[in-house]
Amino acid sequence: MGVKKLMKQVFTKPKSLTDVPFTYCPGCHHGIIHRLVAEAMDDLNIAEDTIGIAPVGCAVFAYLFFECDMIVAAHGRAPAIATGIKRVKPDNIVFTYQGDGDLASIGTAEIVHAANRGEKITVIFVNNAIYGMTGGQMAPTTLEGQITQTSPYGRDSKTMGMPIRICELLSTLNSPAYIARVALTKPAYIVKAKKAIKKAFQYQLDGKGFALVEVLSTCPTSWGLSPKEANEWLNEKMIPYYPLGEFKNVEEVS
Amino acid sequence: MEERLLMKGNEAIGEAAIHAGCRYYFGYPITPQSELIAYMAKRLLKIKGATFIQAESEIAAINMVYGASAAGGRVMTSSSSPGISLKQEGISYLACAELPCVIVNIMRGGPGLGSIQPAQGDYFQATKGGGHGDYHLIVFAPSSVQELVDLTIRAFSLADKYRNPAMILGDGLLGQMMEPVQFKEFDEKNIPSKEDWALGSSHGRKPRRIVPFDLDPNELEKIVNKLGQKYQDMQKEVEYEVVNIDNPDIVIVAYGSIARIVKTTIQKAKQEGINIGLVRPITLYPFPYAAIEEVANKVDKFLVTEMSLGQMVEDVKLAVKGKSQVSFYGRTGGVVISPIEILQEVKKLLD
Amino acid sequence: MAKIIIDRERCKGCELCTLICPQKIIVMSKSFNKKSYHPAELMNPEKCTGCAFCAMTCPDVAIEVYK
Repeated sequence: MGVKKLMKQVFTKPKSLTDVPFTYCPGCHHGIIHRLVAEAMDDLNIAEDTIGIAPVGCAVFAYLFFECDMIVAAHGRAPAIATGIKRVKPDNIVFTYQGDGDLASIGTAEIVHAANRGEKITVIFVNNAIYGMTGGQMAPTTLEGQITQTSPYGRDSKTMGMPIRICELLSTLNSPAYIARVALTKPAYIVKAKKAIKKAFQYQLDGKGFALVEVLSTCPTSWGLSPKEANEWLNEKMIPYYPLGEFKNVEEVS
Repeated sequence: MEERLLMKGNEAIGEAAIHAGCRYYFGYPITPQSELIAYMAKRLLKIKGATFIQAESEIAAINMVYGASAAGGRVMTSSSSPGISLKQEGISYLACAELPCVIVNIMRGGPGLGSIQPAQGDYFQATKGGGHGDYHLIVFAPSSVQELVDLTIRAFSLADKYRNPAMILGDGLLGQMMEPVQFKEFDEKNIPSKEDWALGSSHGRKPRRIVPFDLDPNELEKIVNKLGQKYQDMQKEVEYEVVNIDNPDIVIVAYGSIARIVKTTIQKAKQEGINIGLVRPITLYPFPYAAIEEVANKVDKFLVTEMSLGQMVEDVKLAVKGKSQVSFYGRTGGVVISPIEILQEVKKLLD
Repeated sequence: MAKIIIDRERCKGCELCTLICPQKIIVMSKSFNKKSYHPAELMNPEKCTGCAFCAMTCPDVAIEVYK
């Protein structure tokens, strides 16, 4: 086309994504996160040496979307599986992609201990404060007062506890090399998220140790909001409770 | 390697695994198999490139096995009854994803926390599934420390051959027992290459995906039918031992450490003029149905003895097809059956 | 001079690109795509600066940017 002759392509689908259209609902941030992970793989030229682990949850289909070797985990067990893979193939890049129910509820033990052993893996943790695939139940990260199918009168911290802040929790451990929380609701946030995700892979390449990026994400369908309203809700409600930034960076601690 | 070594059962399993090229072990301590995890730690942590991890849980351990196997590693985990129950989800995933590994269950008394004494109450769990869905493990029932060695090596081989988890179903008696053992030469070149299916670098090939599910019922049915065909193919791997089977008054069917005890009973009975035969399944899955049926054509009384309320007895009845009378004698809770008890039971049946 | 190309069949009509576009030149089509969504489309293409914010926010990687 004439367009291509006259102009330079400055943005297109990364090579580390397959052509399979995403199965996510309109406005869901999973697709953006997938793209950022794939861009990091492209930038570092590691796709052919990368093994990804898809969770149980909406992102179970992640195995279809990444152009690298993939395996589907049992619910919550991705960090243990990543451990097994990385120990057999230490020269490969291993990442897990996990939701909040997967990582912060049923798989809490696995993530804490993989982090504590300092497994040289990259963890992409998608926190959308709800269980998406099963239809909108309370997650460990559901905000206080938030209404879900299983907290129909709002999450009551007296009996259901307060939402778990995974980055803060894991940052108490000595072993992790990199822990950061990012969001995707503004262009500037997306740029920072991309840098963090790339760093989380770069640290693994450099053998620095365990790296986790928590991405605050929307679930317009289960939140019962439009994608626009969902972005606003994330900015107004989630970011104040889940502050963005780097919680641990081995480069800056000597 | 042909020298005879005196080894404890649990340690012999560990040495056999390493002898067979196993370089990855993930486990969690539990009595009465703790010597095995300790042995693997002692040995593997000194081998370059090998991995030993004391996992945070049985669940994590079996999932580390799932990952290591998917990456092409020769991998093992071990536990005892309650721990094996915790691993069941992972075992079901391994079976569906067709990932080879060896799982050792040194059985103890159950149900619940049970006891730490020997038992055989996990027969159903081991041979009929254990986890969810249609699947089978290849299950070996060693009866001596030498067999723990030989069958552990064979378990790795068959696990790779069928790309299926294999289980060593021992009990606390075998795990704790010391006997002389020999390790036959093992050539690691015999370990099949996993380059054509394992995950790794995808240079020059399409990315691979190991996916233990399909939401399309017709597609999942294809996966399950393929597994079903594999279980049919496995039937030819059946192994058993028969003792004194020519013209016995009664035939006992027993496996594992109880089969050893039955051998003592056979000697004692001979002195009293009673002729007892023994069929000892060495593989519990596949089960020697045909061998037992053949015996049932000639012998009209069977006794099944197990350290359980009666589990394998159901398979013996299926094998016998009503041609002979099948009785059962068992003890539970960690109580080991004595040769005399078995002889008394035989006498009752022959009266 | 810049241009974006929206893959109408990949688009799920979430509207995030229309909200993020600094020039406000992306609108939702009145027509349906094969998935029955109203896909995004570019209006006043001459105003596009090629900032790529739309592509960055698109959850379905449906936008290419040329500059």
